[in-house]
Amino acid sequence: MFLSLTKALMASIVLLTLCSLEARSKPLTYKLPDREEQRLRPGAGSDAAQNNCLSCHSVDYIETQPKNQGLKFWENEVSKMIKNYHAPISEEDAKIIADYLSKTY
Amino acid sequence: MQRRTFLNYAGNLVGSAIIGNMSLSKVSKAEDFVTLPFDNGARPLVRYPGKRPLIQLTARPPQLETPFSVFNEGVITPNDAFFVRYHLSDIPLSIDPDTFRLNIKGKIDRALSLSLSDLKNDFEPVEIVAVNQCSGNSRGFFNPRVAGGQLANGAMGNARWKGVSLRHLLDKAGVQAGVKNVTFAGLDEPVNPQTPDVVKALDIDHARNGEVIIAYSMNGEDLPWLNGYPLRLIVPGYYGTYWLKHLNEIVVIDTDFNGYWIEKGYRIPANSCACTEPGATPLATIPINRFNVRSFITNFTDNAHCPVNTPTTFQGIAFDGGYGISEVLLSIDDGQSWLTTTLGKDYGNYSFREWQATIKLTKGLHNIKVCATNRIGQSQPQRALWNPAGYMRNAVETVRVIAS
Repeated sequence: MFLSLTKALMASIVLLTLCSLEARSKPLTYKLPDREEQRLRPGAGSDAAQNNCLSCHSVDYIETQPKNQGLKFWENEVSKMIKNYHAPISEEDAKIIADYLSKTY
Repeated sequence: MQRRTFLNYAGNLVGSAIIGNMSLSKVSKAEDFVTLPFDNGARPLVRYPGKRPLIQLTARPPQLETPFSVFNEGVITPNDAFFVRYHLSDIPLSIDPDTFRLNIKGKIDRALSLSLSDLKNDFEPVEIVAVNQCSGNSRGFFNPRVAGGQLANGAMGNARWKGVSLRHLLDKAGVQAGVKNVTFAGLDEPVNPQTPDVVKALDIDHARNGEVIIAYSMNGEDLPWLNGYPLRLIVPGYYGTYWLKHLNEIVVIDTDFNGYWIEKGYRIPANSCACTEPGATPLATIPINRFNVRSFITNFTDNAHCPVNTPTTFQGIAFDGGYGISEVLLSIDDGQSWLTTTLGKDYGNYSFREWQATIKLTKGLHNIKVCATNRIGQSQPQRALWNPAGYMRNAVETVRVIAS
Protein backbone atom coordinates (compact mmCIF):
# COMPACT_ATOMS: atom_id res chain seq x y z
CA MET A 1 0.00 0.00 0.00
CA PHE A 2 2.73 2.38 1.12
CA LEU A 3 4.85 1.35 -1.85
CA SER A 4 2.11 1.96 -4.35
CA LEU A 5 1.42 5.36 -2.79
CA THR A 6 5.08 6.28 -3.17
CA LYS A 7 4.97 5.08 -6.76
CA ALA A 8 1.89 7.16 -7.44
CA LEU A 9 3.52 10.19 -5.84
CA MET A 10 6.68 9.74 -7.90
CA ALA A 11 4.62 9.28 -11.04
CA SER A 12 2.75 12.51 -10.40
CA ILE A 13 6.03 14.37 -9.76
CA VAL A 14 7.33 13.11 -13.09
CA LEU A 15 4.08 14.14 -14.71
CA LEU A 16 4.23 17.61 -13.15
CA THR A 17 7.80 18.06 -14.32
CA LEU A 18 6.81 17.07 -17.84
CA CYS A 19 3.87 19.45 -17.79
CA SER A 20 5.94 22.37 -16.59
CA LEU A 21 8.54 21.61 -19.24
CA GLU A 22 5.83 21.75 -21.86
CA ALA A 23 4.42 24.95 -20.44
CA ARG A 24 7.84 26.57 -20.77
CA SER A 25 8.20 25.64 -24.43
CA LYS A 26 9.63 28.42 -26.52
CA PRO A 27 7.93 29.96 -29.53
CA LEU A 28 9.15 28.80 -32.91
CA THR A 29 10.83 31.47 -34.97
CA TYR A 30 11.52 31.97 -38.66
CA LYS A 31 14.55 33.73 -40.05
CA LEU A 32 14.20 35.36 -43.44
CA PRO A 33 17.30 35.17 -45.66
CA ASP A 34 19.92 37.74 -44.78
CA ARG A 35 20.07 39.22 -48.22
CA GLU A 36 20.52 42.82 -49.24
CA GLU A 37 17.41 44.30 -50.81
CA GLN A 38 17.50 45.76 -54.29
CA ARG A 39 17.68 49.57 -54.47
CA LEU A 40 15.67 52.03 -56.53
CA ARG A 41 17.26 53.10 -59.78
CA PRO A 42 18.69 56.63 -59.69
CA GLY A 43 16.60 59.41 -61.25
CA ALA A 44 14.70 62.61 -60.51
CA GLY A 45 12.03 61.74 -57.95
CA SER A 46 13.72 58.66 -56.52
CA ASP A 47 13.70 60.30 -53.06
CA ALA A 48 9.92 60.56 -53.10
CA ALA A 49 9.67 56.91 -54.13
CA GLN A 50 12.18 55.93 -51.46
CA ASN A 51 10.20 57.74 -48.75
CA ASN A 52 6.75 56.60 -49.79
CA CYS A 53 6.95 53.17 -51.42
CA LEU A 54 9.59 51.21 -49.58
CA SER A 55 8.09 51.35 -46.11
CA CYS A 56 5.49 48.80 -47.24
CA HIS A 57 7.25 46.72 -49.90
CA SER A 58 10.58 45.95 -51.52
CA VAL A 59 11.84 47.51 -54.77
CA ASP A 60 11.32 44.29 -56.74
CA TYR A 61 7.57 45.05 -56.73
CA ILE A 62 8.51 47.89 -59.09
CA GLU A 63 11.52 46.33 -60.79
CA THR A 64 9.66 43.20 -62.00
CA GLN A 65 6.82 45.08 -63.72
CA PRO A 66 6.87 45.03 -67.52
CA LYS A 67 9.19 47.70 -68.93
CA ASN A 68 8.29 50.95 -70.66
CA GLN A 69 4.62 50.92 -69.73
CA GLY A 70 4.35 54.70 -69.67
CA LEU A 71 2.91 57.33 -67.36
CA LYS A 72 -0.69 56.08 -67.31
CA PHE A 73 0.39 52.61 -66.11
CA TRP A 74 2.40 54.06 -63.22
CA GLU A 75 -0.23 56.68 -62.34
CA ASN A 76 -2.68 53.79 -61.97
CA GLU A 77 -0.26 51.92 -59.74
CA VAL A 78 0.40 54.91 -57.47
CA SER A 79 -3.32 55.63 -57.34
CA LYS A 80 -3.99 51.99 -56.41
CA MET A 81 -1.54 52.30 -53.51
CA ILE A 82 -3.30 55.44 -52.25
CA LYS A 83 -6.95 54.50 -52.83
CA ASN A 84 -6.88 50.76 -52.20
CA TYR A 85 -4.07 50.33 -49.69
CA HIS A 86 -4.31 53.78 -48.06
CA ALA A 87 -0.65 54.68 -48.56
CA PRO A 88 -0.21 58.17 -47.06
CA ILE A 89 1.23 59.76 -50.22
CA SER A 90 0.64 63.47 -50.86
CA GLU A 91 -0.83 64.56 -54.19
CA GLU A 92 2.45 66.28 -55.04
CA ASP A 93 4.56 63.20 -54.23
CA ALA A 94 2.15 60.96 -56.14
CA LYS A 95 2.82 62.98 -59.31
CA ILE A 96 6.58 62.97 -58.76
CA ILE A 97 6.63 59.20 -58.12
CA ALA A 98 4.52 58.30 -61.17
CA ASP A 99 6.72 60.53 -63.31
CA TYR A 100 9.93 59.01 -61.90
CA LEU A 101 8.67 55.43 -62.35
CA SER A 102 7.49 55.98 -65.92
CA LYS A 103 10.83 57.49 -66.91
CA THR A 104 13.02 55.03 -65.02
CA TYR A 105 11.32 51.61 -65.34
CA MET B 1 28.49 34.40 -68.03
CA GLN B 2 28.25 30.94 -69.45
CA ARG B 3 26.69 29.80 -66.24
CA ARG B 4 24.06 32.49 -66.43
CA THR B 5 23.23 31.64 -70.02
CA PHE B 6 22.97 28.05 -68.99
CA LEU B 7 20.38 28.98 -66.38
CA ASN B 8 18.36 31.05 -68.82
CA TYR B 9 15.46 28.65 -69.05
CA ALA B 10 12.08 29.06 -67.37
CA GLY B 11 12.29 27.22 -64.09
CA ASN B 12 15.32 25.22 -64.97
CA LEU B 13 15.83 22.13 -62.85
CA VAL B 14 19.49 21.96 -63.74
CA GLY B 15 19.95 25.35 -62.07
CA SER B 16 18.68 24.03 -58.76
CA ALA B 17 20.76 20.89 -59.05
CA ILE B 18 23.92 22.93 -59.53
CA ILE B 19 23.16 25.01 -56.47
CA GLY B 20 22.69 21.82 -54.51
CA ASN B 21 26.26 20.86 -55.28
CA MET B 22 27.80 24.18 -54.35
CA SER B 23 28.88 25.17 -50.88
CA LEU B 24 26.35 27.33 -49.07
CA SER B 25 28.66 30.31 -48.71
CA LYS B 26 29.28 30.32 -52.43
CA VAL B 27 25.55 30.35 -53.11
CA SER B 28 24.90 33.29 -50.83
CA LYS B 29 27.59 35.32 -52.57
CA ALA B 30 27.20 34.36 -56.20
CA GLU B 31 23.56 35.03 -56.99
CA ASP B 32 21.90 32.59 -59.35
CA PHE B 33 19.24 33.81 -61.74
CA VAL B 34 16.63 32.32 -63.96
CA THR B 35 15.01 34.25 -66.76
CA LEU B 36 11.30 33.59 -67.13
CA PRO B 37 10.22 33.53 -70.80
CA PHE B 38 8.71 37.03 -71.00
CA ASP B 39 10.13 40.53 -71.10
CA ASN B 40 11.87 41.58 -67.86
CA GLY B 41 11.74 38.01 -66.55
CA ALA B 42 15.11 37.82 -64.73
CA ARG B 43 14.65 36.58 -61.16
CA PRO B 44 17.07 35.52 -58.43
CA LEU B 45 16.90 31.97 -57.11
CA VAL B 46 16.79 32.37 -53.35
CA ARG B 47 16.93 29.74 -50.63
CA TYR B 48 14.59 30.44 -47.71
CA PRO B 49 14.69 28.25 -44.57
CA GLY B 50 12.64 25.12 -45.23
CA LYS B 51 12.68 25.73 -48.97
CA ARG B 52 14.96 24.72 -51.82
CA PRO B 53 16.11 27.62 -54.02
CA LEU B 54 12.94 29.14 -55.46
CA ILE B 55 12.29 31.90 -57.98
CA GLN B 56 11.98 35.07 -55.92
CA LEU B 57 9.43 37.49 -57.33
CA THR B 58 9.60 39.82 -54.34
CA ALA B 59 11.51 39.88 -51.05
CA ARG B 60 9.27 41.97 -48.78
CA PRO B 61 6.84 40.38 -48.34
CA PRO B 62 8.21 37.11 -49.80
CA GLN B 63 6.71 35.84 -53.03
CA LEU B 64 8.39 32.72 -54.36
CA GLU B 65 7.59 30.78 -57.50
CA THR B 66 8.18 27.06 -57.98
CA PRO B 67 10.67 26.19 -60.76
CA PHE B 68 8.53 24.50 -63.40
CA SER B 69 10.69 21.36 -63.55
CA VAL B 70 9.40 20.46 -60.06
CA PHE B 71 6.05 19.54 -61.64
CA ASN B 72 7.80 16.73 -63.48
CA GLU B 73 9.08 15.19 -60.23
CA GLY B 74 5.71 13.75 -59.23
CA VAL B 75 2.03 14.44 -58.78
CA ILE B 76 2.57 15.89 -55.29
CA THR B 77 4.51 19.15 -55.02
CA PRO B 78 7.13 18.80 -52.25
CA ASN B 79 6.77 21.14 -49.28
CA ASP B 80 10.21 22.64 -49.86
CA ALA B 81 9.28 23.58 -53.44
CA PHE B 82 5.73 24.83 -52.87
CA PHE B 83 5.15 28.43 -54.00
CA VAL B 84 4.75 31.29 -51.52
CA ARG B 85 2.52 34.32 -51.83
CA TYR B 86 1.99 37.05 -49.21
CA HIS B 87 0.23 40.40 -49.62
CA LEU B 88 1.31 42.27 -46.50
CA SER B 89 4.82 42.74 -45.18
CA ASP B 90 4.31 42.26 -41.46
CA ILE B 91 4.47 38.49 -41.61
CA PRO B 92 4.67 36.43 -38.40
CA LEU B 93 8.24 35.41 -37.54
CA SER B 94 7.55 33.94 -34.10
CA ILE B 95 4.69 31.58 -33.26
CA ASP B 96 4.28 29.56 -30.06
CA PRO B 97 2.49 26.33 -30.99
CA ASP B 98 1.42 25.88 -27.34
CA THR B 99 -0.22 29.24 -26.89
CA PHE B 100 -1.49 29.67 -30.47
CA ARG B 101 -5.29 29.74 -30.61
CA LEU B 102 -7.82 29.60 -33.41
CA ASN B 103 -10.80 31.74 -32.40
CA ILE B 104 -14.27 31.20 -33.79
CA LYS B 105 -16.83 33.87 -32.99
CA GLY B 106 -19.83 35.78 -34.30
CA LYS B 107 -23.31 34.42 -34.87
CA ILE B 108 -22.71 31.09 -33.16
CA ASP B 109 -24.03 29.49 -29.96
CA ARG B 110 -20.58 28.80 -28.45
CA ALA B 111 -17.51 30.92 -29.16
CA LEU B 112 -14.48 28.65 -29.43
CA SER B 113 -10.79 29.21 -28.76
CA LEU B 114 -8.93 26.12 -29.86
CA SER B 115 -5.31 25.14 -29.40
CA LEU B 116 -3.47 23.06 -31.97
CA SER B 117 -3.83 19.99 -29.74
CA ASP B 118 -7.57 20.66 -29.40
CA LEU B 119 -7.84 20.64 -33.18
CA LYS B 120 -5.77 17.47 -33.50
CA ASN B 121 -7.40 15.57 -30.62
CA ASP B 122 -11.02 16.68 -30.47
CA PHE B 123 -11.91 16.41 -34.15
CA GLU B 124 -11.85 13.53 -36.59
CA PRO B 125 -9.00 14.31 -39.02
CA VAL B 126 -9.92 14.70 -42.67
CA GLU B 127 -7.61 14.60 -45.71
CA ILE B 128 -7.75 15.80 -49.28
CA VAL B 129 -5.29 16.09 -52.15
CA ALA B 130 -5.88 19.50 -53.68
CA VAL B 131 -4.22 22.00 -55.98
CA ASN B 132 -3.58 25.52 -54.75
CA GLN B 133 -3.10 28.04 -57.51
CA CYS B 134 -2.55 31.77 -57.36
CA SER B 135 -5.23 33.80 -59.18
CA GLY B 136 -2.42 35.55 -61.05
CA ASN B 137 -0.47 32.42 -61.95
CA SER B 138 1.01 32.94 -65.46
CA ARG B 139 0.25 36.70 -65.43
CA GLY B 140 3.62 37.42 -67.05
CA PHE B 141 2.35 35.80 -70.27
CA PHE B 142 -0.56 38.24 -70.67
CA ASN B 143 -0.47 40.17 -73.90
CA PRO B 144 -0.89 43.09 -73.60
CA ARG B 145 0.93 42.94 -70.29
CA VAL B 146 -0.89 43.92 -67.09
CA ALA B 147 0.32 45.24 -63.74
CA GLY B 148 0.75 42.85 -60.83
CA GLY B 149 2.98 39.95 -59.83
CA GLN B 150 4.75 38.88 -63.03
CA LEU B 151 4.58 35.12 -62.60
CA ALA B 152 5.30 32.31 -65.03
CA ASN B 153 3.48 29.00 -64.49
CA GLY B 154 4.97 28.14 -61.10
CA ALA B 155 2.47 29.73 -58.70
CA MET B 156 0.61 26.45 -58.25
CA GLY B 157 1.14 23.23 -56.36
CA ASN B 158 -0.60 20.02 -55.36
CA ALA B 159 -0.47 18.68 -51.81
CA ARG B 160 -2.14 16.28 -49.40
CA TRP B 161 -3.76 18.45 -46.75
CA LYS B 162 -4.87 17.09 -43.40
CA GLY B 163 -6.80 18.86 -40.71
CA VAL B 164 -10.24 19.60 -39.33
CA SER B 165 -13.34 19.87 -41.49
CA LEU B 166 -14.71 23.42 -41.28
CA ARG B 167 -18.19 21.86 -41.16
CA HIS B 168 -17.29 19.91 -38.00
CA LEU B 169 -15.89 23.06 -36.43
CA LEU B 170 -18.97 25.11 -37.29
CA ASP B 171 -21.25 22.32 -36.03
CA LYS B 172 -19.42 22.36 -32.72
CA ALA B 173 -19.78 26.14 -32.51
CA GLY B 174 -23.48 25.98 -33.41
CA VAL B 175 -24.25 28.28 -36.33
CA GLN B 176 -27.31 30.47 -35.70
CA ALA B 177 -30.22 30.93 -38.10
CA GLY B 178 -29.97 33.59 -40.80
CA VAL B 179 -26.20 33.44 -41.16
CA LYS B 180 -24.79 34.43 -44.57
CA ASN B 181 -20.97 34.40 -44.62
CA VAL B 182 -17.98 33.09 -42.73
CA THR B 183 -14.85 35.27 -42.73
CA PHE B 184 -11.24 34.21 -42.26
CA ALA B 185 -8.13 36.10 -41.16
CA GLY B 186 -4.55 35.15 -40.33
CA LEU B 187 -1.58 36.41 -38.35
CA ASP B 188 0.00 38.41 -41.18
CA GLU B 189 -0.67 42.14 -40.92
CA PRO B 190 -0.16 45.30 -42.94
CA VAL B 191 2.81 47.53 -42.11
CA ASN B 192 0.57 50.58 -42.37
CA PRO B 193 -2.42 50.05 -40.06
CA GLN B 194 -4.62 51.91 -42.59
CA THR B 195 -4.02 49.19 -45.20
CA PRO B 196 -6.92 46.72 -45.20
CA ASP B 197 -5.89 43.47 -43.50
CA VAL B 198 -6.38 40.37 -45.61
CA VAL B 199 -9.81 38.98 -44.72
CA LYS B 200 -11.70 36.66 -47.05
CA ALA B 201 -15.21 35.26 -46.87
CA LEU B 202 -17.11 32.19 -48.04
CA ASP B 203 -20.87 31.74 -48.27
CA ILE B 204 -22.16 29.73 -45.31
CA ASP B 205 -23.25 26.87 -47.61
CA HIS B 206 -19.78 26.66 -49.11
CA ALA B 207 -18.18 26.82 -45.65
CA ARG B 208 -20.39 23.91 -44.54
CA ASN B 209 -20.11 21.73 -47.64
CA GLY B 210 -17.68 19.33 -45.95
CA GLU B 211 -14.80 19.99 -48.33
CA VAL B 212 -13.28 23.10 -46.75
CA ILE B 213 -10.54 22.17 -44.30
CA ILE B 214 -8.49 23.88 -41.63
CA ALA B 215 -5.20 22.14 -42.34
CA TYR B 216 -2.42 21.57 -39.81
CA SER B 217 -0.53 19.14 -42.01
CA MET B 218 0.76 19.24 -45.57
CA ASN B 219 2.16 16.10 -47.19
CA GLY B 220 2.47 14.44 -43.78
CA GLU B 221 4.40 17.25 -42.08
CA ASP B 222 3.57 20.46 -40.25
CA LEU B 223 2.75 23.20 -42.74
CA PRO B 224 5.92 24.97 -43.92
CA TRP B 225 6.22 28.35 -42.22
CA LEU B 226 5.82 30.32 -45.43
CA ASN B 227 2.80 28.26 -46.46
CA GLY B 228 0.86 29.29 -43.37
CA TYR B 229 2.17 27.45 -40.30
CA PRO B 230 0.45 26.37 -38.08
CA LEU B 231 -3.00 26.47 -39.78
CA ARG B 232 -4.18 27.18 -43.28
CA LEU B 233 -7.64 27.29 -44.82
CA ILE B 234 -7.96 24.80 -47.69
CA VAL B 235 -10.68 25.70 -50.18
CA PRO B 236 -10.46 22.91 -52.78
CA GLY B 237 -10.96 24.03 -56.38
CA TYR B 238 -10.82 27.72 -55.47
CA TYR B 239 -8.00 30.16 -56.16
CA GLY B 240 -5.33 30.65 -53.53
CA THR B 241 -6.67 34.02 -52.41
CA TYR B 242 -9.19 32.12 -50.23
CA TRP B 243 -6.56 29.84 -48.70
CA LEU B 244 -5.79 32.06 -45.70
CA LYS B 245 -2.38 31.40 -44.12
CA HIS B 246 -1.53 31.48 -40.39
CA LEU B 247 -5.31 31.25 -39.87
CA ASN B 248 -6.30 32.38 -36.38
CA GLU B 249 -9.74 33.97 -36.68
CA ILE B 250 -13.05 32.76 -38.08
CA VAL B 251 -16.13 34.96 -37.79
CA VAL B 252 -19.66 33.87 -38.67
CA ILE B 253 -21.75 36.84 -39.84
CA ASP B 254 -25.36 37.45 -40.87
CA THR B 255 -24.48 39.87 -43.68
CA ASP B 256 -22.62 39.62 -46.97
CA PHE B 257 -19.01 40.47 -46.15
CA ASN B 258 -17.93 43.69 -47.87
CA GLY B 259 -14.24 44.01 -46.95
CA TYR B 260 -11.66 45.25 -49.45
CA TRP B 261 -10.31 41.82 -50.44
CA ILE B 262 -13.76 40.67 -51.63
CA GLU B 263 -15.43 43.96 -52.63
CA LYS B 264 -12.52 45.50 -54.57
CA GLY B 265 -9.66 43.01 -54.81
CA TYR B 266 -9.67 39.71 -56.68
CA ARG B 267 -12.60 40.44 -58.97
CA ILE B 268 -13.15 39.01 -62.43
CA PRO B 269 -15.44 40.08 -65.29
CA ALA B 270 -18.97 38.81 -64.64
CA ASN B 271 -19.26 36.77 -67.84
CA SER B 272 -18.77 33.12 -68.73
CA CYS B 273 -15.19 33.59 -70.00
CA ALA B 274 -14.12 35.95 -67.17
CA CYS B 275 -12.61 38.02 -69.96
CA THR B 276 -12.76 41.33 -71.81
CA GLU B 277 -11.28 42.67 -75.02
CA PRO B 278 -7.63 43.53 -74.31
CA GLY B 279 -7.48 46.93 -72.64
CA ALA B 280 -11.22 47.11 -71.91
CA THR B 281 -12.81 47.57 -68.48
CA PRO B 282 -15.48 45.01 -67.56
CA LEU B 283 -19.04 46.32 -67.14
CA ALA B 284 -19.63 44.19 -64.06
CA THR B 285 -17.39 42.06 -61.86
CA ILE B 286 -17.74 39.21 -59.35
CA PRO B 287 -15.29 37.74 -56.82
CA ILE B 288 -12.87 35.24 -58.36
CA ASN B 289 -13.88 31.68 -57.49
CA ARG B 290 -13.23 28.26 -59.05
CA PHE B 291 -10.23 27.29 -61.17
CA ASN B 292 -10.75 26.86 -64.87
CA VAL B 293 -9.21 23.86 -66.68
CA ARG B 294 -5.44 23.77 -67.26
CA SER B 295 -2.90 21.27 -68.53
CA PHE B 296 0.86 21.27 -68.98
CA ILE B 297 3.63 19.25 -70.56
CA THR B 298 6.22 18.82 -67.81
CA ASN B 299 9.02 16.75 -69.32
CA PHE B 300 9.94 18.98 -72.28
CA THR B 301 10.79 22.65 -72.25
CA ASP B 302 10.89 24.93 -75.30
CA ASN B 303 13.58 24.00 -77.82
CA ALA B 304 14.32 20.68 -76.15
CA HIS B 305 15.49 17.89 -78.46
CA CYS B 306 14.20 14.38 -78.92
CA PRO B 307 15.28 11.55 -81.27
CA VAL B 308 13.73 11.26 -84.78
CA ASN B 309 11.10 8.53 -85.47
CA THR B 310 11.69 6.98 -82.08
CA PRO B 311 8.97 6.32 -79.49
CA THR B 312 9.17 9.30 -77.12
CA THR B 313 7.00 9.71 -74.05
CA PHE B 314 5.41 13.07 -73.36
CA GLN B 315 3.94 13.57 -69.90
CA GLY B 316 2.42 16.21 -67.73
CA ILE B 317 -0.38 17.28 -65.45
CA ALA B 318 -3.94 18.59 -65.75
CA PHE B 319 -6.43 19.96 -63.22
CA ASP B 320 -9.68 21.87 -62.90
CA GLY B 321 -11.97 23.43 -60.30
CA GLY B 322 -13.18 20.16 -58.81
CA TYR B 323 -15.24 18.28 -61.38
CA GLY B 324 -12.31 16.07 -62.31
CA ILE B 325 -10.33 15.71 -65.53
CA SER B 326 -11.96 13.37 -68.03
CA GLU B 327 -9.60 13.66 -71.00
CA VAL B 328 -6.23 15.10 -71.95
CA LEU B 329 -5.41 15.42 -75.66
CA LEU B 330 -2.02 15.97 -77.27
CA SER B 331 -1.33 17.52 -80.64
CA ILE B 332 1.99 17.12 -82.43
CA ASP B 333 0.96 19.18 -85.49
CA ASP B 334 0.25 22.56 -83.92
CA GLY B 335 -3.37 21.75 -83.11
CA GLN B 336 -4.44 20.30 -86.49
CA SER B 337 -5.20 16.88 -85.00
CA TRP B 338 -5.38 15.53 -81.47
CA LEU B 339 -4.29 12.25 -79.89
CA THR B 340 -5.66 10.72 -76.72
CA THR B 341 -3.35 10.28 -73.74
CA THR B 342 -3.40 7.85 -70.82
CA LEU B 343 -4.42 9.35 -67.51
CA GLY B 344 -2.48 8.49 -64.35
CA LYS B 345 -3.78 7.53 -60.93
CA ASP B 346 -6.84 9.44 -59.75
CA TYR B 347 -6.11 11.24 -56.46
CA GLY B 348 -9.53 12.89 -56.40
CA ASN B 349 -11.23 15.69 -58.28
CA TYR B 350 -9.11 18.46 -56.77
CA SER B 351 -5.69 16.97 -57.46
CA PHE B 352 -3.29 17.25 -60.37
CA ARG B 353 -4.02 14.37 -62.76
CA GLU B 354 -0.99 13.00 -64.54
CA TRP B 355 -1.18 12.07 -68.21
CA GLN B 356 1.21 10.56 -70.73
CA ALA B 357 1.45 9.58 -74.36
CA THR B 358 4.18 7.95 -76.44
CA ILE B 359 4.65 9.30 -79.94
CA LYS B 360 7.17 9.40 -82.79
CA LEU B 361 8.26 12.69 -84.30
CA THR B 362 9.61 13.29 -87.79
CA LYS B 363 12.79 15.30 -88.20
CA GLY B 364 12.37 18.99 -87.49
CA LEU B 365 10.56 21.45 -85.24
CA HIS B 366 7.18 20.51 -83.77
CA ASN B 367 4.69 22.58 -81.81
CA ILE B 368 3.38 20.13 -79.23
CA LYS B 369 0.11 21.20 -77.61
CA VAL B 370 -1.85 19.82 -74.69
CA CYS B 371 -5.55 20.37 -73.95
CA ALA B 372 -7.65 18.96 -71.10
CA THR B 373 -11.41 18.60 -70.63
CA ASN B 374 -13.22 18.08 -67.34
CA ARG B 375 -16.25 15.95 -66.50
CA ILE B 376 -18.72 18.77 -67.18
CA GLY B 377 -17.21 19.46 -70.60
CA GLN B 378 -15.18 22.55 -69.75
CA SER B 379 -11.95 22.80 -71.70
CA GLN B 380 -9.19 25.27 -72.57
CA PRO B 381 -9.21 28.12 -75.11
CA GLN B 382 -6.81 27.78 -78.06
CA ARG B 383 -6.00 31.47 -77.76
CA ALA B 384 -5.40 33.15 -74.40
CA LEU B 385 -8.24 35.16 -72.90
CA TRP B 386 -7.55 38.56 -71.37
CA ASN B 387 -8.77 40.46 -68.31
CA PRO B 388 -7.41 43.63 -66.67
CA ALA B 389 -6.11 41.96 -63.50
CA GLY B 390 -4.27 39.15 -65.28
CA TYR B 391 -6.14 36.32 -63.57
CA MET B 392 -7.12 32.79 -64.62
CA ARG B 393 -4.88 32.28 -67.64
CA ASN B 394 -5.62 28.83 -69.04
CA ALA B 395 -4.88 28.84 -72.76
CA VAL B 396 -3.72 25.63 -74.42
CA GLU B 397 0.03 25.41 -73.77
CA THR B 398 2.53 24.83 -76.57
CA VAL B 399 6.05 23.46 -76.29
CA ARG B 400 8.45 23.65 -79.27
CA VAL B 401 10.34 20.38 -79.56
CA ILE B 402 13.09 19.63 -82.08
CA ALA B 403 13.40 16.06 -83.34
CA SER B 404 17.01 15.59 -84.45
